[in-house]
Amino acid sequence: MAKSNKPIVWGLFAAGGTVTAFITPVLVLLTLLPVVGVMPELLVYDNLHAFAGHWVGKLLLFGVIFLVLWHAAHRLRITLHDFGVRADSAVAVIVYLAAAAGTLAAAYFLLRI
Amino acid sequence: MSANGKPYIREVSRYRWYFSSPRYLRYMAREVTCVFIGLHALILLVALRRLSEGRDAWEAFLQNLTGPAGVLLQLVILVFAVYHSTSWFNVTPKAMPVQVGENFLPGGVIIGAHYAAWLAVTLAVLFLAGAF
Repeated sequence: MAKSNKPIVWGLFAAGGTVTAFITPVLVLLTLLPVVGVMPELLVYDNLHAFAGHWVGKLLLFGVIFLVLWHAAHRLRITLHDFGVRADSAVAVIVYLAAAAGTLAAAYFLLRI
Repeated sequence: MSANGKPYIREVSRYRWYFSSPRYLRYMAREVTCVFIGLHALILLVALRRLSEGRDAWEAFLQNLTGPAGVLLQLVILVFAVYHSTSWFNVTPKAMPVQVGENFLPGGVIIGAHYAAWLAVTLAVLFLAGAF
């Protein structure tokens, strides 16, 4: 049987889609709450800095950003095809590289906190 | 083959095909959520960067995010994010059917369990983040 990297690509896409389905709405809600006068304690600098400073927090934030970026990148590749862009190889390279760059940036910022 | 020997080929627009049926349009709406999910991931990245730059940078970032443009952007992202969640959970019985003995668990049960878990996760995050 021919080897394919599709299961890995799709597995990460599915994992990212599940993670983002569960938490992206509530993450947006968290940063919208201050607008209506409710300041979540986590968003106070000292608290968030302590959370992102602990290795558990770093790991959580890194995992979320990595999976969500990969999910968005893979679906964007499919979506561009659906919109009539037929240069799939070039699109694939660009979107996956962008996701990888974002993931590395997340690691870099997290290590500086 | 038709009478004059030419095969019939239905014209399908390469760029506007999804306007031909509400089903296709819903599919496209679901796929386009990735743009806004990706945008939110970028906001998270900027948040980490500002957080790593210190208190002033973080507080300025949060101020921007809760300004008119930030709120509008986040409301749009929220709409697409919720659409992603519902469309994702609604296909879970197809993506991972659960077999119990001879039969398959009804789709409604699997979808319902996901919605319940979604609500629990949402409340847990809000609680742990000290929103109430």
